[in-house]
Amino acid sequence: MSNALLDVQDLRVAYGKIEAVKGISFSVAAGEVTTLIGTNGAGKTTTLRTLSGLLRPTAGSITFDGQPLETVPAHRIVALGLAHSPEGRHIFPRMTIEENLLLGAFLRNDSAGITQDIERAYTLFPILGERRKQAAGTLSGGEQQMLAMGRALMSRPKLLMLDEPSMGLSPIMMQKIMATIIELKSGGTTILLVEQNAQAALSLSDRGYVMQTGRIVLSGTGAELLRDESVRKSYLGED
Amino acid sequence: MHTLPQQLANGLFLGSTYGLIAIGYTMVYGIVQLINFAHGEIFMTGGFGALTVYLVLPHGTSLWLALPLMLIGGALTSVLIALGAERFAYRPLRNAPRLAPLIAAIGLSLALQQAVHNLYPKATSPRAFPQLAAGPWHLAGIRIQSGDLFTVLAAPICMIILALFVQRSRTGRAMQATAQDPDTAQLMGIDTNKIIAAAFGIGALFAAVAAVCYGLRYGEVDYSMGFQAGLKAFTAAVLGGIGNIYGAMLGGLVLGLAEALATAYISNVPGMQQLGGGSWADVWAFVLLILVLLLRPQGLLGERVADRA
Repeated sequence: MSNALLDVQDLRVAYGKIEAVKGISFSVAAGEVTTLIGTNGAGKTTTLRTLSGLLRPTAGSITFDGQPLETVPAHRIVALGLAHSPEGRHIFPRMTIEENLLLGAFLRNDSAGITQDIERAYTLFPILGERRKQAAGTLSGGEQQMLAMGRALMSRPKLLMLDEPSMGLSPIMMQKIMATIIELKSGGTTILLVEQNAQAALSLSDRGYVMQTGRIVLSGTGAELLRDESVRKSYLGED
Repeated sequence: MHTLPQQLANGLFLGSTYGLIAIGYTMVYGIVQLINFAHGEIFMTGGFGALTVYLVLPHGTSLWLALPLMLIGGALTSVLIALGAERFAYRPLRNAPRLAPLIAAIGLSLALQQAVHNLYPKATSPRAFPQLAAGPWHLAGIRIQSGDLFTVLAAPICMIILALFVQRSRTGRAMQATAQDPDTAQLMGIDTNKIIAAAFGIGALFAAVAAVCYGLRYGEVDYSMGFQAGLKAFTAAVLGGIGNIYGAMLGGLVLGLAEALATAYISNVPGMQQLGGGSWADVWAFVLLILVLLLRPQGLLGERVADRA
């Protein structure tokens, strides 16, 4: 694909002798929302952690914005425009909300732009603005998820990777997070989403891939996958 | 000389030195969860580094002039050794089982002691450390020696600079982030290897200042001085809550005061006449540690944290 912002070919990742990702290929087109769905242990999180450099592939290639990423250290990958909001949120609990957001902009030195982006995060998530001086560890799960997303956006990424943003959230909070993803997309942000909540994720995705025990078993547009019988059976709880 | 104010002052001088060394244990532990048992020797080499600068300066140089240069020499020695240890001994073991870096630290501790013992001229017995030709002063019944004056000035200055650095500077914030969640810190673009090296470097810098305090106070440096001082400072770090820099300084002061007061007064307690005096000081220090571990295992300022899954 010519307009692919991210292109992954035959990616393999192993923990010791156990291979968690067994040769997957997929791509993310600029301006689109792409989703990886699949059950626990399918290798989705491992894939994202490899893309952001926290894990190293044993084989395969990762090309982001024309550059190979396989050997770039994690702290340099952010600088290339790939931000990662990790599974389980991983906010810095003993720092304030504002300090967390500032860390998201760690590599930037345009203080005016940073201030502006912090205000933008507070507009996107007003609750964060109200509690800006509060320790992030005191936030609820949903609020922490907002902070994790806001923090990832602070690097002004070309591609935002969101790992299970709806995990453990109340239905209302989940709707809020999904609405935010749509809002970000319409603002032009490219998103790679990993979700167990297939219904919600696929309905807002341009493209989706279904992962099963380390392999991609199915791909298509979001709408196609939502109609697919095996997807409906396995992931949407229909008989 | 055994008045209460004098004992409090003694405890303060001693405790400041413990606190300065304890910073190094606590910063490294806070970031990589390693007890750097070679830190006592990092402290010791700082003392010899400072002494070396004094010895190569022209004979008769005023110590007031020499002292800043000695501090720089001691700091350079300690920091370089600590950075080398981090890079070549600890970093390759970062993902190894926790026992491996601990054993490396103990090995490094012995190696540094023996290296100084065998290679530094005439270091098989204690070497005289220069003394400031000033004082002692008497203030409200307290006798203050020049070395003690240096200590009480150096410790708070170091502590304030460190607090500002950690709270305000970009590297300091990156350090906090790395301590709280190293993987996510990398996702922010933080080079955690540099941050870990910085933690070792700052700890070594403070240990070198402490070594100069020690040399000025006791008038000598010795290849084995890092063992006792390191053990006490480690105790101070645990006492204050390991991982917390303010806890390290507080733990040092509490330990120093407890030692001084126990040494002077415990023999007045009926039935404990035998237990006073300097030879029992270490016992009281560790009794205090045991009490804290029993009653407040996280230390004075430590947070109760669940072990990471």
